Amino acid sequence: MPYTPHTAADVAAMLERIGVASVDELFDAIPADVRFGGDLDLPPGRTEEEVRRVMKRLAAANHGQEDLVSFLGGGVYDSIIPAAIGAISSRSEFMTAYTPYQAEVSQGTLQVIYEWQTYVCRLTGMAVGNASMYDGATALTEAVRMGVAWRRKPRVVVPATLNPRYRRVMATTLAGEDVAIVEVPRRGDGLTDVDALRRLTAAGDVGAVVIQNPNHLGLIEPAAELAAAAGGACVVACVNPVSLSLLKAPGEYGAHVAVGEAQPLGIPCSFGGPLLGFLACADELKRLLPGRVVGRTVDHDGRSAYVLTLQTREQHIRREKATSNICSNQGLMALRATVYLALLGAAGLQELGEANRVRAVALQAAVRGAPGVTLPFPGAVFNEFVVRLPKPARDFRAFARERGVLAGIPLDGFAGCGEGDLLVAVTEKRTAADIELYARTLRAWLAA
Amino acid sequence: MVADDRKYTKSHEWVMVEGDVATVGVTEYAASELGDVVFLDLPEPGSEINLGEPVGTIETVKAVEDLYSPVSGEVLEVNQAVIDSPEIVNNDPLEAGWLMKVRLAGRSELDDLLSAAEYETLLGG
Amino acid sequence: MEHGHETTGDVTTVSWGGGLVESLFATGRPGRRALRLPPWDGAPVDAALPPAARRAAPCDLPSLSEPEVMRHFTRLSTLNHNIERGMYPLGSCTMKYNPRLNEEIAALPGFASLHPEQDDADAQGLLEALGMLQDFLCRLTSFAACSLHPAAGAHGEFLGMQVIRAFHLERGDRDRVEILIPDSAHGTNPASVTMVGMKPVTIASRADGRVDLAALRGAVGPRTAGIMITNPNTLGLFETDIAEIARVVHAAGGRLYMDGANFNAILGKARPADMGFDVVHINLHKTFSTPHGGGGPGAGPICVTAELAPFLPGPLVARRGGAWRLAAPEAVCTPSVHSYYGNVGICLRALTYILVNGGNGLRRVSELAVLNANYVRVCLRDVIPVPHGEGTLHEFVASATEWKEKYGIRALDVAKRLLDFGVHAPTVYFPLIVDEALMVEPTESEPKESLDAFVAALRRILHEAQTDPDLLHAAPHTTPVSRLDEARAARQPDLAWLGPCNCG
Repeated sequence: MPYTPHTAADVAAMLERIGVASVDELFDAIPADVRFGGDLDLPPGRTEEEVRRVMKRLAAANHGQEDLVSFLGGGVYDSIIPAAIGAISSRSEFMTAYTPYQAEVSQGTLQVIYEWQTYVCRLTGMAVGNASMYDGATALTEAVRMGVAWRRKPRVVVPATLNPRYRRVMATTLAGEDVAIVEVPRRGDGLTDVDALRRLTAAGDVGAVVIQNPNHLGLIEPAAELAAAAGGACVVACVNPVSLSLLKAPGEYGAHVAVGEAQPLGIPCSFGGPLLGFLACADELKRLLPGRVVGRTVDHDGRSAYVLTLQTREQHIRREKATSNICSNQGLMALRATVYLALLGAAGLQELGEANRVRAVALQAAVRGAPGVTLPFPGAVFNEFVVRLPKPARDFRAFARERGVLAGIPLDGFAGCGEGDLLVAVTEKRTAADIELYARTLRAWLAA
Repeated sequence: MVADDRKYTKSHEWVMVEGDVATVGVTEYAASELGDVVFLDLPEPGSEINLGEPVGTIETVKAVEDLYSPVSGEVLEVNQAVIDSPEIVNNDPLEAGWLMKVRLAGRSELDDLLSAAEYETLLGG
Repeated sequence: MEHGHETTGDVTTVSWGGGLVESLFATGRPGRRALRLPPWDGAPVDAALPPAARRAAPCDLPSLSEPEVMRHFTRLSTLNHNIERGMYPLGSCTMKYNPRLNEEIAALPGFASLHPEQDDADAQGLLEALGMLQDFLCRLTSFAACSLHPAAGAHGEFLGMQVIRAFHLERGDRDRVEILIPDSAHGTNPASVTMVGMKPVTIASRADGRVDLAALRGAVGPRTAGIMITNPNTLGLFETDIAEIARVVHAAGGRLYMDGANFNAILGKARPADMGFDVVHINLHKTFSTPHGGGGPGAGPICVTAELAPFLPGPLVARRGGAWRLAAPEAVCTPSVHSYYGNVGICLRALTYILVNGGNGLRRVSELAVLNANYVRVCLRDVIPVPHGEGTLHEFVASATEWKEKYGIRALDVAKRLLDFGVHAPTVYFPLIVDEALMVEPTESEPKESLDAFVAALRRILHEAQTDPDLLHAAPHTTPVSRLDEARAARQPDLAWLGPCNCG
């Protein structure tokens, strides 16, 4: 058997010690009427090399962003992943370690999480962060629940330009909690209508207001104005962590909670999972934080050390009164992101933000001139934006795919967008030649 | 020896009455059973509380215990010092570790509280 | 910090390499660089942002070179216990070996570089792999349909409760809001129920730790949405009355949810659908060997009966028209619990593990897991009581109550002293129905010698309890840090490094 050490002699010795004749006897505890006596209808076991062949064949049958030039975004991006990250995250000491409940033998994991929490606080300008969430969607959902619990008000306002996937996950979770989700519309320029938000919060019955920055159309929102229009509600900022290199941080515009998707910080796209949600908040909300939190303290001998703390919020103590049912964090992904940020440093972060922005502006310029193509929203963007095509965006996507380009995400039906609208993203990986290729492909399609 | 300048409850709170104001805390037994108190959630001053209801929580590292109100009335004041330094509840639960002051809605409930001797019996003393 | 070790007979404490590591934020020097990006090679671009949008102050982060970064994290890693260092007999966690083939496969660029917004046509190999996993999990559980969306066990519970609620709502049963949960259940169970807007109702266990049928019969009624049970239960015992439990709950109109945390005990031996369950979640990071990663990522796919299949969230992987597709089901209710399709990378690891083991191998996994647990339990007979040892499967719960009474030694002290012997502590103080609980699950990965060493360590600890209890109260002694002041951590939370960086 592949991963078990037992020889026939081992088994015999152990059976004798236990005092049973066979392993089967140990399963007598399962009543006959529910026991499964047959063979599982699964293929027989195979050697490592045979399985490797099967899985490599399956891997080769895909065409990912290694083979194609990607302009896909929408929350998950084709970012550079430095080699050092895999070297650290594949170490047994990090990879196979358990949750750090026994702090004395888990200082490696605990310190990494504390450093991750610190990075999240510094990027977002918030006071306190947690050990991470499953993804940006669940992080946002939990933040909204925090706001509703804090303010004890049952309504939540979200922008029409909120990432639709995040909206769906939030709606699923809040349906069980009698919280009403209300939408604040966008203006013609693609930004959230501040006046409409002010009107929605005027009655004082809103627990949380969500601001997404940049929004799902890629536009940089007037976040400070939106935060100011939230009335007394909890302001939840949903942000792209890479954009925080350049953009105003949530702590700078009065957000109470900041969340987002940290996949661009050294985590492969992997068809959408595992990802890495982050969540940070103002000090006064820290006891409402879901998930694990690591704190610094001292040991018996006065050494500085780290430990899971504020555990009484969590499910294993509060049970049905817990702030959330969440048990695990995305430990290994948080490690990857922490290593990434350590490799980046302040200067690298600045360079990364500028690299994204420069390529976005260059791509906008390259497509703007194409016949019949417009950029419908004039505002500043970070690393993605909407292109409006004279024919269905899906057609261009298919055309471009045949030429090795992943052209973008069609937005038909989202926030008043039409079938010609395409969300196009860049990252620091895109070269001038890639952008040239995109423009050329677009022109070829328009001409066809 | 259990202090006889106050009354007690089965859930290990003490109540000291002066005029129509009751001061409430937890007993030494409670503090020692709980272990290190790390956080307290106490009712808002001005709120109405009722006998027997859970009105707050006392948290240790590994557990959360409900604080049950031994009287009915209006919360006048909560002890900010123990909110800031929860260890006071462990160090001095009977004096500095008081939790809240309540203006009594009536006096009849006081008769149901345990005397020092009765509380001591409850503890198996 | 100790580097030596002491020996008494067969049992030695172990020493740790490396010392404590300064915080990243206390190291770093201005001007140090690690990651550099390829420069922009196109025409110059004016990328200035409007001032109102810009961050006021640049983010203050430590600046380090790559060698410094590697050294920092490598040193930190030496402070962790891990499976390659020693055993983790953690009940309910199934800390088995994490095969390295799984890692190699999940990292293949053909899988790892796929963007979730790509067309199905670009992901045929991946979709086929996910389809295989869905299919295998259904065959292992004898269920009709599977969703790989949940990113963790608790997430699977949440989705499973959503499915049951949606099922009842579709039939107009708005009042069915109660989910029965045994008092031995894991904390995520009632938390998940509450999150879905239903009400957890606790039912007492019998003296032997199993669900009390009389209590169950008394608790079911027109408000019953269902029951949430772990089987084998959190004492490692099979719920022998499960067929009757299923009959009672179904007759009352409810549905049965199985918490699959203990699935490692019954692979190929019993299948949840055969027992009468309607939904199960499976912890891929437990039963199917995906790594714990210091706390995640995991995955908690759910399998359901044909009756409940319409309530699974879309899209699901299916074969349509000769190709693999992510198909939106003809669903009555489509909850969404994840941004995309679940922790795909984790699913690939689990699939690899299943392919290597095969059906025969998986059954052997359970057999050896149960053998190992029973062997340890029997060897501990004269060391520490196991109140519910009859019918032990893959884990058992010992109780340190006697030790507390005789020697003043609690489960916590035993746990901390075990760390000195190179073994991670078992799960302690869970389940709640056993006083001073120590839940032990060796898993099938442990060789006999390792089990014998664990027993020897416990025997030694008993001796120490009898002769030198203070040693145990102050344990651990050989770990990089000693017991931590958790009260201080909770009273004065220090959750982030606040000072300026790069001042070193």
